[in-house]
Amino acid sequence: MMKFRFRRQGTDPQREKIKQELFAFNKTVEHGFPNQPSALAFDPKLQLMAIGTKSGAIKIYGAPGVEFTGLHKDTTAVTQIHFLPGQGRLLSLLDDNTIHLWELVVGPHREVGGAKKEGGVCLKQVDNYSLPGRPGIESCSATRVTVLLLLKSCDLLCIGTEGGGVYFLELPHLMLKENQTLLQDQVTQSLPDDYRCGKSLGPVESLQEHPQQPGKILIGYSRGLVVLWDLSARHADQLFLGKQQLESLVWERSGSLFVSSHNDGGYSVWPVTSGNSYTPQPVSSTIPYGPFPCKAINKILWRTSQTGSPVLLYSGGMPRASYGDRHCLTIQQDKEHVTLDFTSRVIDFFTIHNIELDKEFDDPAALVVLLEEELVVIDLQTPGWPTLPTPYLAPLHSSAITCSCHISSVPPKLWERLINTGKAQRSRLRTHMSWPICGGKNLAPPPKQQELLLTGHEDGTVRFWDASGVALTPLYKLGTANVFHTDCDEPHDSSNDHNMQQEEEEWPPFRKVGCFDPYSDDPRLGIQKISLCKYSNKLVVAGTAGQVIVLAFNDEPSDHSVDVSVVDLLQDREGFTWKGHDRLEPRLKPAPFPPGFQPQVLVQCLPPASVTAVALHTEWNLIAFGTSHGFGLFDYHRRNTVLARCTLHPNDSLAMEGPLSRVKSLKKSLRQSFRRIRKSRVSGKKRTITTPTSKVHEANAALAEQEEVAPVQRRIEPRSADNSLSGVVRCLCFADTFLHDGTHHGPTLWAGTNSGSVYAYALEVPGVGSGCVCERAGASEGSVCVEAVLGKEIQLMHRAPVVSISVLDGRGKPLPDPYEASQDLAIAPDMTNAHSVLIASEEQLKVFSLPKVSAKTKFKLTAHEGCRVRKVTLVLFNSAAQEDYSEHALVCLTNLGDMHLFTIPGLRPQVRYDCIRKDDISGIASCVFTKNGQGFYLISPSEYERFSLSAKVLTEPLCSVQLDRPLESTATSDGTAMHPQANGTHRNQTGQAEGRTEEPPYTLSSPILETPLDSPLSCADLTLDTTGDLTVEDVKDFLKTVDEAENNLRNMKEEEGRSTGILIN
Amino acid sequence: MNKNHRVPSSRSLSAVEVKSKFGAEFRRFSLDRSKPGRFDEFYGLLQHVHRIPNVELLVAYADVHGDLLPINNDDNYLKAVKSANPLLRLFLQRKEEADYTAFGTDSLTRKKNTVLSAVLLRPDPNKKKPPVIISLPKDFRPVSSIIDVDILPETHRRVRLYKHGQEKPLGFYIRDGSSVRVTPQGLEKVPGIFISRLVPGGLAESTGLLAVNDEVLEVNGIEVAGKSLDQVTDMMIANSHNLIITVKPANQRNNVVRGGGGGGGAASGSSGRSSDSGASYHGYASHAAAASGPTHIIQNFPVGELESDEDDEDLVIEVGGEAETIRRTSSNFSIPSLPRYEPHLNLRTTTNSSSAFSLNANGTLHGSGSSGSLHNPNASSTTPSPDRAKERRSLEEEGTVITL
Repeated sequence: MMKFRFRRQGTDPQREKIKQELFAFNKTVEHGFPNQPSALAFDPKLQLMAIGTKSGAIKIYGAPGVEFTGLHKDTTAVTQIHFLPGQGRLLSLLDDNTIHLWELVVGPHREVGGAKKEGGVCLKQVDNYSLPGRPGIESCSATRVTVLLLLKSCDLLCIGTEGGGVYFLELPHLMLKENQTLLQDQVTQSLPDDYRCGKSLGPVESLQEHPQQPGKILIGYSRGLVVLWDLSARHADQLFLGKQQLESLVWERSGSLFVSSHNDGGYSVWPVTSGNSYTPQPVSSTIPYGPFPCKAINKILWRTSQTGSPVLLYSGGMPRASYGDRHCLTIQQDKEHVTLDFTSRVIDFFTIHNIELDKEFDDPAALVVLLEEELVVIDLQTPGWPTLPTPYLAPLHSSAITCSCHISSVPPKLWERLINTGKAQRSRLRTHMSWPICGGKNLAPPPKQQELLLTGHEDGTVRFWDASGVALTPLYKLGTANVFHTDCDEPHDSSNDHNMQQEEEEWPPFRKVGCFDPYSDDPRLGIQKISLCKYSNKLVVAGTAGQVIVLAFNDEPSDHSVDVSVVDLLQDREGFTWKGHDRLEPRLKPAPFPPGFQPQVLVQCLPPASVTAVALHTEWNLIAFGTSHGFGLFDYHRRNTVLARCTLHPNDSLAMEGPLSRVKSLKKSLRQSFRRIRKSRVSGKKRTITTPTSKVHEANAALAEQEEVAPVQRRIEPRSADNSLSGVVRCLCFADTFLHDGTHHGPTLWAGTNSGSVYAYALEVPGVGSGCVCERAGASEGSVCVEAVLGKEIQLMHRAPVVSISVLDGRGKPLPDPYEASQDLAIAPDMTNAHSVLIASEEQLKVFSLPKVSAKTKFKLTAHEGCRVRKVTLVLFNSAAQEDYSEHALVCLTNLGDMHLFTIPGLRPQVRYDCIRKDDISGIASCVFTKNGQGFYLISPSEYERFSLSAKVLTEPLCSVQLDRPLESTATSDGTAMHPQANGTHRNQTGQAEGRTEEPPYTLSSPILETPLDSPLSCADLTLDTTGDLTVEDVKDFLKTVDEAENNLRNMKEEEGRSTGILIN
Repeated sequence: MNKNHRVPSSRSLSAVEVKSKFGAEFRRFSLDRSKPGRFDEFYGLLQHVHRIPNVELLVAYADVHGDLLPINNDDNYLKAVKSANPLLRLFLQRKEEADYTAFGTDSLTRKKNTVLSAVLLRPDPNKKKPPVIISLPKDFRPVSSIIDVDILPETHRRVRLYKHGQEKPLGFYIRDGSSVRVTPQGLEKVPGIFISRLVPGGLAESTGLLAVNDEVLEVNGIEVAGKSLDQVTDMMIANSHNLIITVKPANQRNNVVRGGGGGGGAASGSSGRSSDSGASYHGYASHAAAASGPTHIIQNFPVGELESDEDDEDLVIEVGGEAETIRRTSSNFSIPSLPRYEPHLNLRTTTNSSSAFSLNANGTLHGSGSSGSLHNPNASSTTPSPDRAKERRSLEEEGTVITL
């Protein structure tokens, strides 16, 4: 019954070796902004910043390119992080009340494709501690940690708790100093009676070390009491009898005063003069946004400066009624007062200032604010406090990402122009400060080539990112909304102008800061497909309302009107009414366009359904686009429509006429992006919590879990042709190949639909093609037009949606991009031997010979594995060992989130890697590949995970940090040496790969060679896809094992003596 | 020439176009649909048009579903004529070639016909000692079969569902569940896939071989262990042309009881005698009651390697100038004209119905392997015999490429 069509490649040691040199799976780096950040810390000595997330990840950032990631074992939110300054160590407090110590260590050497690589520095957890419950007190919340204070000497950690006690831990061994614990009773004793009034002081809200006198700490209790505690003498030096509920404390640099912030939106300044044991009143008390009730000031900083009065920074404190829902941070100095108005919650903030003790002033240089959705840095030295653009941690999701596109090896010319344009865009910000968080050293070699990542957003913008290195840096932002009349007609990208205008006579003096703006003006503006020709600098952008915009790069601003062409994709289909959204109204008058990509032509598809596929061929000046109704071909040079073809199934005309189905699909496409955001937020980062319980427990729990699962049913019905979405055009492709006969090649257009139909058109492009440039007599004004003639229609019998079409040349290599061959940028395709076309449907991969379309090879993925193809791409893999050896392979991402690699055109399975969690639908949908074996997918709305399938091409952080202590190196055998990965989205799932659980799953991601390469037991076997690879011999084995199992069964049965109803296999 | 097949004239409606194949030779003629005559007359005519007056023939035709069915009496002859639209394709064989007592060893016959017709394409039962035939239906095609009885554990059943065209749904649902297995560590509960529901009137129900709560173990030879419900669903749908599922029936009472000695060869082939008669009767009866179409159930029939490779030939429609040339290629036969039978020349129809027909034929007309395949079903797959290849080519001659 079983078909084993593929000879086992693993038996060929030579091939195994080559495969190892070509393929290796690694998740290398996470780009973007960490999802759901929950903690922030800064090491002023090393100039490193750490961000903790709700999923238990810790990410350290320094200079661009310097990144370290650590992942707690549990998916618990990191509530606090504290650096041990200069040591490269940090402490993290988790939501489950555990304290963890992390250390930067030298990572293990790694083996990549046989080549040894120097291990970089990585973050490793060395110790953890959890505060024991206090005996006699049942409620465990009494020892719940509220605040941590690390003394400057770095040998003592003070822990403030909910119960009001302060505990002391010795560092770096995390040993509790039992006898030093300071319980509230001790403090209460020394209080005056009228203050005591029988109530507890409440949880410890703040702990601050005296800036000048080591060994003295300030303890602030929730009820308002602040105690200056002498650690060595173990008694209270001074008591400050605050009456207002306390939120935070901060010392002034000299230690002569401190500031407390309160629940009522006020702050108080307290003098610290020795001798006074009681201070009943603060020097001053202010409610800045009073007199109406205000929200609490969560955190306050007081920084002295040489230039004048101290800078006061605090978050919150807004008038409850009018601005209670704003996320604000106030900067105040003298008369200058700015209320930074953010679009998301303020998590934490710090200033970068002088830390040397001999300096008299703090002189804050920058303010770093961690918000829920982005990081904002304010330059405090430049007047006006402008924002500083971040070189990394960019909020990718400032408007929801709707599509992405990667361009490898961007020509330097285009790169330079993009950078210059981007600089001009940002020049308004008027800041000359360099990036203040600049610790560590990036050891990664400069990228050999420039790579661009383009993201399309829901608000109609396309953002260009520098994806060449570890830090994903924004380069340039293109808005397409100005092509249309929109409700809020305003020049795009004016957020900064706004900021300036709004500074006028408003109280509080709000200033909008940050670019996270999830609310789109018009969802129809959303970008669905992007195609860029890097040689001719032409860009095609297609959107949700059927708009296809052709843009060209221009270094100068220009005032022009955009040509509009309307293409009716329904053609002669009568009785169809579109009940979806209207098309966007194009701007008819000339409009100013800033330097950069400027729109030239707008092609509007009718009905204005979302564009599902685009293709661009700049040599022929053609664009092809498809929607759920059909596809069209447009000559943007001559501005005429060459072709419009309806793909709605003729049998469906009744079904399609009922607009309901159509509308449904449309709404779907509109909601898609919203849902995607929500989904990825919800589809939490669940990781199995491995507690040291016995295996029995686990098994029992697993069994119980299974029983709880309500049975889900699936209907087994073969697909029928009358699916209402059958007409959706899934892919389009241009190719110069043989369609009519084996001797004349010429331009062709291929289109594939959701119902497994492929249409191939022969194009006649004037001046292109094998001598078939026919001079058309009688053509008007001698202008020859592009013509398209239907050449073939292929209906795949299994009717699965066509995911991708690509044409392979005579050598079985994919055809080069436009201009690559003609400008000698790539090897010219082999036009002497017969071409073939690779059609990947959701279920099968098939190669057909051309021009007679007959099946050559195929691989039935779904029939074998039960998985469906989601994304397919052809990738050039370079060997890590041999410089000149490379191979093209087909990379296929399935709905289970795994990557299958196949040879082309033989379609032999090579390797399989688990990559994305299978329930991470948005991750799978967002995956985009590079041409040399890397890829990106969204692990959260704001983060791209970068992965590499190639043993040679790898972009990963490689950096070092100058520490006070010698760097230890990890043992290579240590399992934790695995490259740390945040968010837990990408653990290799155990037991998925055909029951090979006896092997550590981790070997899949980084092959460590324990056996010789040519041994048949070499771990490359592991990565083989067995299902397709069994030979006849294996079948026999397989059958034998069945027999054995059967025998066992029989024996067992006999022993048990007719125990019925037990299934054995 | 064009008139004959282009214009559906009144004659073509009343006439049945016959294309008869004997060896490598084709003959074309037509029959009057309203007066087809009797089988022996027809038989004589066939001998006449093929000029093989003294050759004993075995007559078979391809029905609309692409199955090869026998014509050996008036009833199935009439049925064949009635069902032809408009073309009736006949396949003639020498009786002596097909007339081997142990049909299972006759690879030629087996390869030329479907599994089913191999059973039923007996020579005239009056002549020889009638072998044991499960039934003698007039006109049928397989709906399901139990296969690989001798290599599977007794507790398991491997069922093949034949999907003919799209007219009838497979009609069952699967669900997640857990089953108990015996492992070296003792009893262990493992997740499994189960049949949860049968659609009334669906293919699965009508076979009677699958029942609610049967555990699905394999789909087309691939174990489902460790696969998710969605994966298994997708695998079944992707294999729906030729779905072979191995189940562990919930009701183990109808299992095959295997002989202790376990004979070899043909004996083991026939050892797959069904004790599942109740179920099969049920399936047959219910289906007959539904009377939606003629069906039959074959169970425990040894099916060799099912070369499902070509079962999903894609349809390629050429749009271009070559259409004319292909049309011209058909040659004229000179057939002695008989008053009743008008020869139809150039009957390569180009209608869609015939394309669907040939596609279906490709799907189901692959023969089974030799009897050796009972023991190692994969062995025969590696060496497709030239006969089979030839036959396939001849079947494909009206092929998948349709010329407009």
